[in-house]
Amino acid sequence: MMLLHLHLAYIATWTIHGAYLTFLAVKHARLKRELQKLETKK
Amino acid sequence: MKPSLVIFSLLTLGLLIWGFDQAIFVAPTEATMGNIQRIFYYHAPSGITAFACFFVNLAASLWYLKTRNLRADALALASAQVGVIFCTVLLITGPLWARPVWGIWWTWEDVRLTSSLLLWLIYVSYLLLRRFSHAGSMPVLAAVLAIFGSVDTGFVYMSIRWFRTQHPQPVLFGDSNSGLAPEMLHAFLVNLLAFFAFAALLIWMRYLLERKQQRVEELHALAAVGGAR
Repeated sequence: MMLLHLHLAYIATWTIHGAYLTFLAVKHARLKRELQKLETKK
Repeated sequence: MKPSLVIFSLLTLGLLIWGFDQAIFVAPTEATMGNIQRIFYYHAPSGITAFACFFVNLAASLWYLKTRNLRADALALASAQVGVIFCTVLLITGPLWARPVWGIWWTWEDVRLTSSLLLWLIYVSYLLLRRFSHAGSMPVLAAVLAIFGSVDTGFVYMSIRWFRTQHPQPVLFGDSNSGLAPEMLHAFLVNLLAFFAFAALLIWMRYLLERKQQRVEELHALAAVGGAR
């Protein structure tokens, strides 16, 4: 159980950080597209 | 992507790999708890990093209240979001460590545990307020909520010094009996540095995105004014 919990803790940590990095990447792509559209209109 | 951001990302990645190596392969196995104690090298730095993020959030909120500067507002949002991420890691790794060592996942009678959960809830509500309120006064309300949150941050830090409940006493900056073996302290400090760098990187990236978001909103407002004419 000890090693399982140790592995789970490290996996959970990097899953959370990975999910947040993915969120940032998706938000970046969406904002970049929207900004380009708006600046072309202007 | 800015070259400085790329360089800092690579440096942070190097630090994180070094930290992982120190925690898993280099640090000695703790005599009483065995290998499960290695969670400490992620658990404690995550908590300290969350506190640091919430401190940046407090500073940015006060800056915003004083100047109404949108850069301050963007920094406040970025630091709170990253702080919540690290606080989530803290709240997940804690019970995973507690179960094999204490025999329980969680206890509501422990002041450190419950005040940490409360801290997480305060900053989650801060983010929800920012996400779902569109009133003009939202950044001011959020900044005031951040000040309340910072009070709990101080309380969480001091709780294991003020109350003797389930959570262990501090191993660093505690009384004369506290402390770590030099190899353990080294592994801990490397991970703390790596997590600080990683948090700074995430805040930087989130800040840049929020500035972009502000620009989009500004252009939408200009388009709306232009359309109304």
